[in-house]
Amino acid sequence: MHRLIDLKRVAVMMVASVLLSFATAAISDSTVVEGSKAAGMDKGGCVAPQMDMRRNHMEYLKHQRDEVVHKGDRSSKFALAECVNCHASKDKKGHPVPVNAKDQFCDSCHDYAAVNITCFQCHRKVPEEK
Amino acid sequence: MSNRKQQPDMKRREFLTKSVIAASTATIAPGVLLTTADANAATKAASSNTRWGMLIYTNKCADGCSSCVSACEKENGIDLVKKPEGHSDAMWDEQRPQWIRKVKLKDTQTGMVSNLPLMCQHCEEAPCVDVCPTGASFKRADGIVMVDRHICIGCRYCMMACPYKARSFIHADVAEQVVESPRGKGCVEACNLCANRLDAGDGNTACAEACSKEGHNAIVFGDLKDPNSAVSKVLKQSHSRQLREDLKLNTAVRYTNV
Repeated sequence: MHRLIDLKRVAVMMVASVLLSFATAAISDSTVVEGSKAAGMDKGGCVAPQMDMRRNHMEYLKHQRDEVVHKGDRSSKFALAECVNCHASKDKKGHPVPVNAKDQFCDSCHDYAAVNITCFQCHRKVPEEK
Repeated sequence: MSNRKQQPDMKRREFLTKSVIAASTATIAPGVLLTTADANAATKAASSNTRWGMLIYTNKCADGCSSCVSACEKENGIDLVKKPEGHSDAMWDEQRPQWIRKVKLKDTQTGMVSNLPLMCQHCEEAPCVDVCPTGASFKRADGIVMVDRHICIGCRYCMMACPYKARSFIHADVAEQVVESPRGKGCVEACNLCANRLDAGDGNTACAEACSKEGHNAIVFGDLKDPNSAVSKVLKQSHSRQLREDLKLNTAVRYTNV
């Protein structure tokens, strides 16, 4: 009896892991620009683990902005410009799409969470061309 | 599986990281503190051992030249600000953002004309900082007077308090910005002595660089507290004045021949 349950569990886990790998592939395709710094790091890679960033990015950015503006300390690994560099996707013509535009990286979650972001009223929304 | 379970327990993770760090520092040597901060200039915070400032040779500033103005506009993305719809040309000329402007002075008695670039004078006793109701207008440790747009409410009290007309207000939404100079509707802004460049370790401003490129060398920029800096040396040798020195603001920008 126990063995049967174990087998069942293993099967469920295998199916789940296959589904999960599809899901993560879909997420990483839509959120990180290929060949960018964040894409090159570990799975879901970024300046911090994906789950951490999802939950705490606002805290990191808010802390960093005060360090930069008031103290002139730009050593933090968190920076809004870096978010934009890796997460602003490109349209078919290769032009970058604003990171806060409809269904783009910032908007997709913030729309779902009904949280209005004002960062991009002032901050640049697409990577700077060097 | 619930959503909650998918999230890592950050408190626990933080605790583990801290204990690992604590354990590793303790084993290296007691009393020796290891820091992970880089020692290069780009990571240094502004320090009060520095006071950024400049000397402007008014006699070297050429009539008709505005390379400092255009360099500033390019550096800080001011040229990306377009005239808001419905504003007349006259209103735009009056209200468009300007961090540095060319001013022509004429002595009515002698007829002597002098040209000078005028920007935020980065006062030690800055009136804009005094009057700001939110603390958005502030002075950095290295003497740069700046606006924190995150907390600026756009009341423009600082614009009225400034004796140099150095500050501008953004009246309408801005479509595009440069990374180093975010800008949006409803905030006051002014020259920040290219703080982004200084923080990156490039010890010069865009205007001073453009002026020497043009061959005029009318602007000397540097650390006023360092006796060996270029600006301290020239200040020691020339008669310089602060504009409106009667206000006792102790400006960081000084002028000769005015």
